[in-house]
Amino acid sequence: MTTTIDATPTSTPRRMSKARRLALMGLTIVAVMSATRLWTGYDNLTSSGTIGAALRLTVPILLAGLAGLWAERVGILNIGIEGMMILGTWFGAFGAWKWGPWVGLALAVLGGMLGGLIHAIATIRFSIDQVISGVVMNLFAFFGVRYLSELLFVGQPQGGISQSPPQSSAIPRIDVPFLAGGPIGGWTSPDILGWFEERRWFLIGDLAGILKGLTSNLSLASLIAVLLVPLSAWVLWRTTFGLRLRSSGEAPEAAESLGVNVIRVRYIGLLISGGLAGLGGGFLSIVSSSYYRQGQTAGRGFIGLATMIFGNWRPSGVLGGAAVFGYSEGLKLVAGGSITGLFLFIALVSLLMLIVAVQARAQRRAVTTVIIGALAVLAFATVNEVPESLTQSLPYVVTLVVLATASQRLRPPAKAGAPYRPGGAH
Amino acid sequence: MSDGRPSGPLGKILTPSRASAMRSSGTTIASSLAAIAIALTICAVLLAATGKNPIDAYSTILETGASGNKLLEMMRRATPLIFSATAVAVGFKMNIFNIGVEGQYLFAALIAAEVGSHLSLPGVLHVAVILLVAMIAGAAWASIAAVLKVSKNVHEVISTIMLNYIALSVIQWLFENFFRDDSDGGLNVKTTLLPDSGKMPDIVSGRLNAMFIVALVTVAIFWVVVYRSRFGFRLRASGFNATAAATAGIDARRMTVIAMLLSGAVAGLVAMQSVTGEAFAYGPNATPIQFGFAGITVALLGRNHPAGIVVAALLFGFLDSTSAELQLAAVPNSIVKVMQAIIVLTVVIINEATIRRMNIKTAERARAELAAGGAQ
Repeated sequence: MTTTIDATPTSTPRRMSKARRLALMGLTIVAVMSATRLWTGYDNLTSSGTIGAALRLTVPILLAGLAGLWAERVGILNIGIEGMMILGTWFGAFGAWKWGPWVGLALAVLGGMLGGLIHAIATIRFSIDQVISGVVMNLFAFFGVRYLSELLFVGQPQGGISQSPPQSSAIPRIDVPFLAGGPIGGWTSPDILGWFEERRWFLIGDLAGILKGLTSNLSLASLIAVLLVPLSAWVLWRTTFGLRLRSSGEAPEAAESLGVNVIRVRYIGLLISGGLAGLGGGFLSIVSSSYYRQGQTAGRGFIGLATMIFGNWRPSGVLGGAAVFGYSEGLKLVAGGSITGLFLFIALVSLLMLIVAVQARAQRRAVTTVIIGALAVLAFATVNEVPESLTQSLPYVVTLVVLATASQRLRPPAKAGAPYRPGGAH
Repeated sequence: MSDGRPSGPLGKILTPSRASAMRSSGTTIASSLAAIAIALTICAVLLAATGKNPIDAYSTILETGASGNKLLEMMRRATPLIFSATAVAVGFKMNIFNIGVEGQYLFAALIAAEVGSHLSLPGVLHVAVILLVAMIAGAAWASIAAVLKVSKNVHEVISTIMLNYIALSVIQWLFENFFRDDSDGGLNVKTTLLPDSGKMPDIVSGRLNAMFIVALVTVAIFWVVVYRSRFGFRLRASGFNATAAATAGIDARRMTVIAMLLSGAVAGLVAMQSVTGEAFAYGPNATPIQFGFAGITVALLGRNHPAGIVVAALLFGFLDSTSAELQLAAVPNSIVKVMQAIIVLTVVIINEATIRRMNIKTAERARAELAAGGAQ
């Protein structure tokens, strides 16, 4: 408990330096990216098209990661995120087909919450093993929506047992005026970021490309999803309610002795978790596409779980992890060949880290970075095309590597996964 | 007290009499049946709520079971479930949750089919080698999770989930780049077909493969090793309480590795009915998927006990075999899978509640006897 509270900076100078450090780090990464782009000529590395695609691919993973975070912060493992997302895709597509995209998103949230409720009843009311409940949830959702599809989608135009009829309208997308050339009342404002992006100057062109990718053709649903990150952080770490939620995951018996209704708090946490997963599913079937398809979630619930782990059970970390996977998927989608440029990027980053390590006289770290850098250079020089089948597994490999090498730095909620019964502590 | 058991209330808790052991297995069976009844009721409500007549659906399912061919199909469908449930149960005995059976058996299927197609050996030996290769490949894939767990303390639930997806990628890469055989013009997306010597014979031609017998033998070996051997005792002791077992000289890390490898080896056999008995090759569309997760449900339903696993696998195999008839009766056959999920959830819930109630009762009885003893 204490470490959690201490970890959030309270004094102004520390917060300043943290923000400055983050900004400097971000700028360095973009600069290295820019150097890589100029060297290789892969303009797509930081183009607005890539970043836009990356954002659309990030959102479902992000929501899945937040779903995992909310569940584990109240002390319940949620292996069933994938299943709750499946419920979201189906109910979302059904609602959007019948009543429009916004109702669809709302139904997606409700569908996910239904999954969260079942998981809550099974694990809290009946205290069965949380992993078992999650596994059964995934199976139940997969076949449950198949059953519903057979009842409601079969026989509809373009509908079937594994697909819903297409939706007729979509969530509005916006171009921000002036930044990305969006219109203001019929007048088209200048596309300032686009102008800079086309110049392709070092650093400036890249920053403009990234910002334009985030501000043009932006679905309102993406905007809502990204805003849920600071909202989650604020609720969980800055409100009394959030303190109660986290205390139920860290020390439920202690929380109970202080008058927290752990059972109720855990139900709320799992309902929010299910709702977020459902929203992620709804995003897939309403925003990323315009119909439900069997297998649409494609393991994103589990990738979300992975981002939660190496995001260290923090909303900002989940966003970072989801962005990395979303970016690599987006780059693959927009310009598959550019992915070899990432090897050079890794090599340049390890060069920078080597300099830092030498300055800090950290010998072991220096050796590790040299090895990583050498491997990256070798890969860049020899590999012409990364097989699609292997890049798919990137998120999972990264997660295992992080768990194997940095697990002592990770700090999961202390009692996530442990069964709890009120009055259990004597 | 003449039989030399520890006396007093503590002794009664530690060494339950045969009568109470029978009572508890009776409770187990009764509560399982009650759970299935509850699950069927829930499904009936679901069916009715979605405008289908539950009585029609259930009578269709029951009528289906009457024919001999359906019983054979039940056994055929139960075969992979028995393997995967046994693989999961081996892990559970050591308190390891192997969610990675899915990846382990698909990887094993690819490797075994590829290796088997290159060999030329006399019949029985050829099949045996294929099965052995499958077991080694399954164990090899499971060993990654085992090593991560004992050396880096990575929880096996997370690592095996990740390894399932990594396995899918690696399998696709190996298959598309090295093992795919397009000599028939790419009609069948498969590895090279096994020669005749590598085919496992059918017991009933075209209906039931001999892999069913192998499955039953595997379960029997599981029973002997886990319940009747010194190693099995050490395994269960370590899984039940690793710290206590360590004081008796049982190395929990070693047990974890062995249990994971054994689990992976059994998992390797899951798709062998398809590889050696039906498709005679590995193929993305020919090799059945999703049996790893189904195995978890069967193991839970069978409470990780050998006999329970066979019964549960046959029950699920039977339910799966009714899907065509259900479809004819205009009931979406996915209801069978929904029913299976609900059955498992109810069984686990009721099991949990029963154990808790029995623990409370035992504690009360002990307290009462202690109080009575104190009064003397």
